[in-house]
Amino acid sequence: MTHFLGDLSLALYVASFTCYARNLYVPNAWVGRLGSFLLAAGIGAQYWELYQRSLALHTVPYDDLYGSMSLFAWLLGITYLGLEVFHRQRTVGPFVTLLLVCWIVLLDIFTPRSLPTPSVPRGAMFAFHVTLNTWAYAAFALAFVLSVIYLVQDRVLRSRRLGAPFWRFPALDVLDRMARSSVYIGLIALVFGVGMGLAWEHRLSGGYNFGDPKVIITLAIVGVYVAYLLLSRNASWRGARAALLCSFNFLMVLFSYTFVNLYLTRFHRFL
Amino acid sequence: MTTTAANSNRPGAVRIRVAVIGCNHRTAPVELRERIVFSSQQALQAADELRDRGILEEAVVVSTCNRSELYGVPGDVAPSAAEAMEEYVASFHHIPRGELTGRFYRWSGPDAVRHLFRVAASLDSMLLGEAEILGQLRTAYNQALDHGATGPVLNRMFQGALEVGKRVRSETEVGARPMSVALAGVKLAERVFGNLKGHSALILGAGAVAEQVVEHMRNRGIGNLRVINRSFDRAAELAHRFGGEAMAWESLESVLGAPDVLVTSVSTAGPVLTREMLERAIAARSGRPVFVVDLGVPRNVADNASGLYNLYLYNIDDLGEIVEQNKKARESEIPRAEAIVAEHIDKFEAWRGALEAGSIVNDLRDQFHKHRELIIREKLKDMDDVSPQERERIAHITEELIERLLEEPQEKLKYGRGMRGRLAGLEALRHLFGLDEGKK
Repeated sequence: MTHFLGDLSLALYVASFTCYARNLYVPNAWVGRLGSFLLAAGIGAQYWELYQRSLALHTVPYDDLYGSMSLFAWLLGITYLGLEVFHRQRTVGPFVTLLLVCWIVLLDIFTPRSLPTPSVPRGAMFAFHVTLNTWAYAAFALAFVLSVIYLVQDRVLRSRRLGAPFWRFPALDVLDRMARSSVYIGLIALVFGVGMGLAWEHRLSGGYNFGDPKVIITLAIVGVYVAYLLLSRNASWRGARAALLCSFNFLMVLFSYTFVNLYLTRFHRFL
Repeated sequence: MTTTAANSNRPGAVRIRVAVIGCNHRTAPVELRERIVFSSQQALQAADELRDRGILEEAVVVSTCNRSELYGVPGDVAPSAAEAMEEYVASFHHIPRGELTGRFYRWSGPDAVRHLFRVAASLDSMLLGEAEILGQLRTAYNQALDHGATGPVLNRMFQGALEVGKRVRSETEVGARPMSVALAGVKLAERVFGNLKGHSALILGAGAVAEQVVEHMRNRGIGNLRVINRSFDRAAELAHRFGGEAMAWESLESVLGAPDVLVTSVSTAGPVLTREMLERAIAARSGRPVFVVDLGVPRNVADNASGLYNLYLYNIDDLGEIVEQNKKARESEIPRAEAIVAEHIDKFEAWRGALEAGSIVNDLRDQFHKHRELIIREKLKDMDDVSPQERERIAHITEELIERLLEEPQEKLKYGRGMRGRLAGLEALRHLFGLDEGKK
C-alpha cells in the first residue's frame, strides 16, 4: 500500500510539474490551477503514504532515511502550496515541483522503501520536535529556491539580455516577499521545534545539552535567519544581497542536515 | 465554393461561398486608407445597402486605422461579387474607381476564411501580435449581428475568427511581449515591483514617449504620479491630463527619493541626474529599488549610475534592443499561430462540407421522388386492375425504398469527417447525379 501511495504521489508531482511548466511557458489560468490541484493531490497521496508508515512505526516516520526525507519533501510541498495561495503566484511552481520530483526519485533510487523496525516510542513531544524541525528545514529550502530565482532574475535585469522565460518569472518584489514568508515559517517552526526538543530532553534527563553540535548549529541557523530578516529591510542589504545571504544560510542548513547529523552529533543521528 | 442556400431556387441546396475585399497598410498608403474608413454607422449602412442591392446576402464591414474590409456571402445576382463590392466602396466614398486599382485584395472561399482568421490572430497587423484588432473585429461583428446583417455563414466564420484570436493570444507568444519602447519600460518596471498599483512615479521632462509611458503606467494603476519639467505649465498640463501632481524644477532633488519608477526625457546637453543624486535618493528610500527609464538623448542619467545597488537603469537604446528582441521572438511564434489558423480553417471547411453534403442528399431525394412519381404515373396508367389501396401501397413501398437507399449515404456524409473533407468528391457526386443542372 505504501509503495502504491509513494508511486502515486510521485506521478501526481510529475503531472503537477508538467502543468506548472506549461503554464510558465504559455500562461493559462486553468492549466495553472490544474497544476496546483495536482500538487495538492500529490501532497494528499504522500500524506497517506507517511500515515501508513506512521501506523506501522507507531510514530512520525523520522527514524529511517526514506521516511525522514519523504517527510521533508511533503512539508516542502505543503509550505509551497501555502505560499502560492497566500501570494497568488504560480510561476515558482515548476521549480518547486521539479525539486520535489528529483528529491523523491533520488530517494527511491538510493534509500530502501521497506519499513524499518519500530524504534522505542519517544512520545508526542519528540515527534513534534522532529516534525517541526523538518518543516523548518523544508521552509528554508523553499526560501533558498526563491532566493536563487531572485538572483538569476536580478542578474538578467541588470545584464539587459532578457530571454523568453524572463517575462514569465515572478517579479523581484514577489520573490523577495515569498522568500521572507518562507523564512518566517521556517523560523517559527524551528523555534517551536527546538523548544519542544529542549522540553523533551529536560523531561528525560532533567537538564539541557547545549554542547551538542546539532544544538549549536541549530541555534546558529536561527541566528543567521534572524539576521537575514533584519538585513533584508536594511538599506544596504535589501534586495540581491539579502537573497544571496538567504542562499548562503541554506548551506548551513544542509551542513546541519547532513554532516552534523551523520558525523558530529550523538543525539540526532537518524542512520 | 460558389453560391449560397439562402437564395437558391431549390430548398435544401446549400452551396456556401464567402468573399472578402479590402485594403490595408500593405496595399494602400495612409492617404487612401483614411478616405476609405467606415464609421460604425457607415459600416451598418454599407452592410444594408450591399444586401439590398443583392451584392451580398450577409455582410460585415471591418474598418480600423490600418484596414477597411468587406466580408460577405455573395448573392446570386452578382456576376463578380468582388468586383461589385469594390465598385460599391468606390461609390460609397466617392473615390474614382481607378484610384483603387491594385490597392484592394480579393479573397474568396478558404482564402477568405484564412484571411479573416489571420487578421484575428494579428498575423496581418502592422504591429505583429497587437491586441486591438481582436476587439475591433468583435465590435464590427457584434454590431453587424445586432443589426441583422449577418447569417449562418458569417456568424460561423466570425465566431471562429474570434476563437482563433483568443487561442493565438493565449497559446503562443505572438502577442506576449512589449513591442513599444514605452510599454517595454513599464513592463520592465513590473518585473521589479510586480503590480504597479500603489507604487509612485516621477516623470522628468514631457516628451512624447514619456507621455506614452505615463499612459501605460496609469492604465496599470500606478499610485502617486509627479511631473517635473523646466516649463511648469507643460508639467501642469501633463499632470492634469493624467491625474498627477506638477512640481517645480527646483524641487527635483528633494522629491527624488520618493518614486519607485523614474522616467526622464529632458532635452539637455549633459546628465540631469548624477550618480551622487541617485545614491542620495536610494539612501533616502531606505535602499528600496528604483527603476529608471532614461528616454533622453543625450542621456539624462550619468553613465556611472548604472552600477548603483538596487538601481535598475534602462536607456532608450536598451529598450529599443529589447523591443527588437521581442519582435524576433514574436516572429518566431508565427508558425505556431499559423498552425492554429489552419486548424480552425479545417473546422470551418468541415462545417461547410457537412452542410453541403447534407444538401446533396436532399437534392438526390428530390430527384428520386420526381422520377418515382413519373414512373408510377406512367406504369400505373394502363393497369386498371390495380386498386387504389394497392396503388397507395406501391407508392408507400417506393418511398420507403428511396429513404432506405439514402439512409446510409446520409449518415456517412453527416458523421464521416473524411467524407466531409472531400469537397471535390462532393462536387463530382453533384455532377454525377446531375444536381447542378437545376441550378444553372
